[in-house]
Amino acid sequence: MKFSARAIRMMLLAPVQTMWRRWTRSMLLRVITSTLVVGLAAVAVLGAYVTTQIRDGLVEKRVERILVESARDVDSTQQTFEASTAETPGDLQQLVNDQGEALSKLGGESRGLVLLRAPSNESDVFLTPLGEQALLSIITPEMRDAVTGDASQFWQFAAEPSGGGPAVVVGAPLTLKSFGKYELYFVYSLADEEDTLDLIQRVLALGATVLVVLVVFMTWTVTLQAVRPIRAAARVAARLADGHLSERMRVKGNDEMATLATTFNDMATSLQRQFTRMEDLSRLQRRFVSDVSHELRTPLTTVRMASDVLHEARADFAPSVARSAELLSTQLDRFEALLADLLEISRIDAGAAQLDFKDHDLGDVVRDQVETLAPAASDQGVKLRLWIQDGPHIASMDSPRVGRIVRNLLSNAIEHAQDGPVDIAVSSTARTVAVVVRDYGVGLSASQVQRVFDRFWRGDPARARTMGGTGLGLSIAREDALLHDGVLEVTGRPGEGALFRLMLPCGSRGLGLREPLPLDMNETDFPEVGLRVALAAEAEL
Amino acid sequence: MTAKILVVDDDPAVAEMTGIVLRAEGFEPVFCDHGDRAVEIFRAEQPDVILLDLMLPGKSGIDICREIRAESGVPIIMLTAKSDTVDVVIGLESGADDYIPKPFKPRELIARVRARLRRNDNGAPGVVRIGDLEIDVTGHRVTRAGDVVQLTPLEFDVLVTLARAPGQVFTREVLLEDVWGYRHAADTRLVNVHIQRLRAKIERDPENPEIVLTVRGVGYKAGGHTS
Repeated sequence: MKFSARAIRMMLLAPVQTMWRRWTRSMLLRVITSTLVVGLAAVAVLGAYVTTQIRDGLVEKRVERILVESARDVDSTQQTFEASTAETPGDLQQLVNDQGEALSKLGGESRGLVLLRAPSNESDVFLTPLGEQALLSIITPEMRDAVTGDASQFWQFAAEPSGGGPAVVVGAPLTLKSFGKYELYFVYSLADEEDTLDLIQRVLALGATVLVVLVVFMTWTVTLQAVRPIRAAARVAARLADGHLSERMRVKGNDEMATLATTFNDMATSLQRQFTRMEDLSRLQRRFVSDVSHELRTPLTTVRMASDVLHEARADFAPSVARSAELLSTQLDRFEALLADLLEISRIDAGAAQLDFKDHDLGDVVRDQVETLAPAASDQGVKLRLWIQDGPHIASMDSPRVGRIVRNLLSNAIEHAQDGPVDIAVSSTARTVAVVVRDYGVGLSASQVQRVFDRFWRGDPARARTMGGTGLGLSIAREDALLHDGVLEVTGRPGEGALFRLMLPCGSRGLGLREPLPLDMNETDFPEVGLRVALAAEAEL
Repeated sequence: MTAKILVVDDDPAVAEMTGIVLRAEGFEPVFCDHGDRAVEIFRAEQPDVILLDLMLPGKSGIDICREIRAESGVPIIMLTAKSDTVDVVIGLESGADDYIPKPFKPRELIARVRARLRRNDNGAPGVVRIGDLEIDVTGHRVTRAGDVVQLTPLEFDVLVTLARAPGQVFTREVLLEDVWGYRHAADTRLVNVHIQRLRAKIERDPENPEIVLTVRGVGYKAGGHTS
């Protein structure tokens, strides 16, 4: 099996990312972890300090006792030797052996004994030294140097040769009458103290573990108590957001959490009231729009018919009357378009717009509109050029509305193209479909770009209204785009034309991050989008 | 013979103006300005086409439509001041054949009226069979095993159009042009609603149609042909 580097990285990163997501999303996890870390660190530091203190205390006391004991024993041994009457080496050896046994008895098992002949001893008689061979190894040369010197007593720590446990070695000089100087060493084992220390450490560790577990458990309980109402609030808030406006939190007790719940419920009630009022307003507005629509259209129907009858018969009229009939008819068209747009925009404002979502190919929708408007465009000397990227550009949309957006963008572009071409491109990504309409005419300044979607706004009020726009087309287009959760954007520079881009989400997941078409396209960019679509209107020419 | 058109509209100006336009085209208009009298006048005058406003004092246009449809297949064209989706669909479902949104141009009105007056008399007359239905094109009669199936002229037109070319798929746009007489794209809901009404009358099980079949994403065709 082959994995790409990307796949491997994903496999390695995935668990980390999962952990990180959990970490950032759960306050409980974060609090527990930090408590655990801080608790363990505190216990470790404290444990180390306490252990050191106890060990130092224990050892210090013991060493004091050892020094006193060994000084006393060295003294009494010295006195015994001085008081003895032994003259021959055999007698003295006997005495040394006796003393060694006595000292061994006195010190118990935890004390070892070594008697060595001092290096400075110049006597001819060599007495057999006392002490086991094993103990000799822990008496270091430095120690012997120190004992040979003036010091009456010298001590240091060492490791026991047998078990390797700690020990204290005490040395002192001893004068055996005429047989010269000798050195007496006591090796005290600290095994007992070590055992005591071990026990204390074990107890401390057990205590620390219990303490940490207890603290973590307490933190968990406390945090859970705080987090649970917050989670409940989040759940209720989500239900509210989904439109279940009568959802409320349970108020229990009299504490801060109860206050939170009460405040939350007050907010929900207030929201519900506002919503109901908005809904009522919206319903009223809808009714009003519907009534206005009906009341205006009834007389308009008569006027329309009368005007058309006059218009049909204009050949029989005097020229001025005939022209009047013509003006009446064309202006009536404009009036009707304006009325339709006004009603549409107030319907959108009232939130009363009804959308019928179905899957459509944006390419087809755009193409239909381009075909429809191509004759009107060529009347104005404007050439429409359509490029559609290969492949379907399916999105869930209300196709009449999207068609209207495209129609409005095209009409606007044709009106401002100044005899130049108008380029249209359609493209899509996995989540977004887009259409760009670009003209190379008068263009827009930065301040005009800000206002281009404003109602009844015109870039140049003095300009002729050749396409007969109502001034609401782009506003409605923008609203229609928003109703689809899409965006309609514009860029432009004075004298270089303007570019409108409509992006619609393919499904319910919203717009993707990748843009199918850039918001900055020039004439050379369009052929790169895809194949140029041949228009039926061109074929006829 | 001049066709008689019943104009049901409570606005006197609209009614009068409609009358002028109709008369100019050689039709004979009759008027009714109150919902409660509409059915009565219809029975007395026996018009060839009814132009029916939906918002009327007294009985609503929808109710009038249902009552007239219960006793006659006369073509009914709704005049709607609202272009809201719901109103149009309710109107069509209550039995209207076509609708014109207000304000309309006289030419549009005349075209719609003429389309409804035009009988489906092009093509060979005679008898067409589809499934277990026998369609007498000349006599405007549809029978199933000798029993007459009552269809409005519009429903009859739809059925004949489909049955003459069994198996051929008709898009909604083609049907709009052939049956309703629209020259350019119009509301395809007209087709959907009337296909449903037709199925309710001719299919044994309208939920599983055997005669008028839907071709998903394209349109309709006649199936179950036995000749």
